[in-house]
Amino acid sequence: MPLIKDNKLIEDPWVTVINGDALPIEECIIVELERWQTARQELIARNGRLGLRLRSDQPPALIAEDLAHFDLIALEFPVFKDGRAFSYARLLRERYGFGGELRAVGQVLRDQLVFMRRCGFDSLEVADEAVLDAWHRAKREISVFYQPATDRRPWVGKLRHRPEVPTPPVHEDTVVAHWAY
Amino acid sequence: MYRYDEFDHTLVAERVEQFRDQVKRRLAGELSEDEFKPLRLMNGLYLQLHAYMLRVAIPYGTLASRQLRMLAHIARRYDKGYGHFTTRQNIQYNWPKLDEVPDILADLAKVEMHAIQTSGNCIRNVTADHYAGAAADEIEDPRIYAEIIRQWSTLHPEFSFLPRKFKIAVTGATTDRAAIRVHDIGLQMRRNDAGEPGFEVIVGGGQGRTPLIGPTIRAFLPKRHLLSYLEAILRVYNQLGRRDNIYKARIKILVKQTGAEEFARLVEEEWQHLRDGALALPREEMERIKAYFAPPPFETLDAEQTAFEARRFEDRDFARFVRTNLFAHKQPGYAIVNVSLKPVGGVPGDATAEQMELLADLAERYSFDEILVSHEQNLVLPHVKLAEVYEVWQALKALGLDTPNIGLVSDIIACPGLDYCNLANARSIPVAQRISTRFADLKRQHEIGGLKIKISGCINACGHHHVGQIGILGVDKKGEEFYQITLGGEPGDAAALGQIVGPAFSYDQVVDAVETIVDTFVDVRQTGEGFNQTYARVGLEPFKEKLYAAH
Repeated sequence: MPLIKDNKLIEDPWVTVINGDALPIEECIIVELERWQTARQELIARNGRLGLRLRSDQPPALIAEDLAHFDLIALEFPVFKDGRAFSYARLLRERYGFGGELRAVGQVLRDQLVFMRRCGFDSLEVADEAVLDAWHRAKREISVFYQPATDRRPWVGKLRHRPEVPTPPVHEDTVVAHWAY
Repeated sequence: MYRYDEFDHTLVAERVEQFRDQVKRRLAGELSEDEFKPLRLMNGLYLQLHAYMLRVAIPYGTLASRQLRMLAHIARRYDKGYGHFTTRQNIQYNWPKLDEVPDILADLAKVEMHAIQTSGNCIRNVTADHYAGAAADEIEDPRIYAEIIRQWSTLHPEFSFLPRKFKIAVTGATTDRAAIRVHDIGLQMRRNDAGEPGFEVIVGGGQGRTPLIGPTIRAFLPKRHLLSYLEAILRVYNQLGRRDNIYKARIKILVKQTGAEEFARLVEEEWQHLRDGALALPREEMERIKAYFAPPPFETLDAEQTAFEARRFEDRDFARFVRTNLFAHKQPGYAIVNVSLKPVGGVPGDATAEQMELLADLAERYSFDEILVSHEQNLVLPHVKLAEVYEVWQALKALGLDTPNIGLVSDIIACPGLDYCNLANARSIPVAQRISTRFADLKRQHEIGGLKIKISGCINACGHHHVGQIGILGVDKKGEEFYQITLGGEPGDAAALGQIVGPAFSYDQVVDAVETIVDTFVDVRQTGEGFNQTYARVGLEPFKEKLYAAH
């Protein structure tokens, strides 16, 4: 599936391993929580990068102690209405200090993109290329933010009381992650 | 009153353009109705039985004259010449055309208004005491905090896809007029032992199919922690609220199933991480918003105004208006004037463009440019000099806005019901119209005294029937409209849910049934008793006997 990352459409280098499928030889694999819980030692012993996929009923508190083992966490939106992953993303970034790739997977609406960026997601699995346009559009459409969030963009409550005359916020991405492929 | 600065203006303008583009793509066929639906709902645009309906936010029910004039303009230009004020202090237009909605939103933006978050599973328009800034029993103006919450909750990245809609009500007074115990979160201003103002936090009240009175989860929250505490509540709810069943998704179900004490513990635990973080509101921002709600420049007047007293003495109609429609103001020599949108036989909450314009003029001239919308679907001129109430009353008469029935049997709350709403099982508006026509005799209404009737056309309870002294719920029985009646509900400090009196009544019987209940109350009440006091003393039996004896 196509992937949006760094504001570009790229081929996904990660392979998601579902259920009990044999672990592939590819370098980057994403496993589900159940696999991590049952095959932890085997996964740690592997060479290569490890990602974890959480369903929307699997809060990150379950793996808060294990984050050092993951280069990527994929949070699932089973339907666009299920907004639990917005909280999970913020908790991963702000409470648990996760600095790897945070990926949104599942059903996503274009109007949610701006919220995802603000909550600390930095990649997005998409059904088709049209979403890239929406992703760029989402960056442009709204420039005012009334609350502090993971992206650390300056928020209105603070901007209003800057010593100098405030300028409208810029549209640059604030990079919270420190990784690269 | 709050005024937008460049940030507020920019956001609303960007939202308008975003929606204009979405509508364009819908009209061009690039978006299907299914794809368009979640987008339009983020701007308060519903598809109703006969047409689109646009719900416009009136934050904490406060309007300036220019805003009310714009609402009148929209009613005339884009709708059928009227608008409907709702129990959430909003206004709804029932007949907008899709291709004109972006223009309506652009017109609203000109007067610092919008329709953001008036629908969807997000934090909705924050409501407040409709006597805010005017009532004598107020610790602080609740709108300062409602505005702070409005800004924080606007396009909140984490809480725009909650399990279900989320409603917050705030009061700064010691008497609750905002029904805070039947909201997802109710905030009541309190003083701690040191005399500092803060909030009692009530979570998990609500109406709908599972009506519940919300428990207090924190007796006192210092003001500076308001947003971090709200964020903690919402974060717990967003993660744990049920998403498998729409009828169990409101926070009230979570609080009930978790237990208020355990829920409070979860919130406190989350809050420990947030309380001193980025959400601690900068003092200068709090002061900035507070300054907008500073009291208007009241004159120093005598509490007793002889001209006013003389008019009351001379003119019986005026005296009647004063008795029901005036409420004590904190400032000597001033009054809060309630304007009833419940004329005999009228549609509760409807106002024509001409009526809105008249009220805008009156507010400008007599009430420091301010109009408030009550959750009881009336309008309020909050700061009128007693000496000028007579003039205001005469002006109101010209457009039928002088009905002296605030709090009386014909001051009925009613949802739009089956005449407009596609969730409804039964009509509400015609039932309200028939009841107010039955009790058209004002002398009789005044003899009956205060009595609150609330009508909902379905179990969602938009008409607040659970907390009506007489609550009426429309139900569908094999394709026929029936009405279930409850007695003894109360939305305020002694919040209580009404009890079902017995089998439901048909559309033809329901007005007779209400009259029987009212007559029974008048028969059995003791001197000075209100309806709920009588009901508490005698119970359902006397009402049941009269209602069902003949059957």
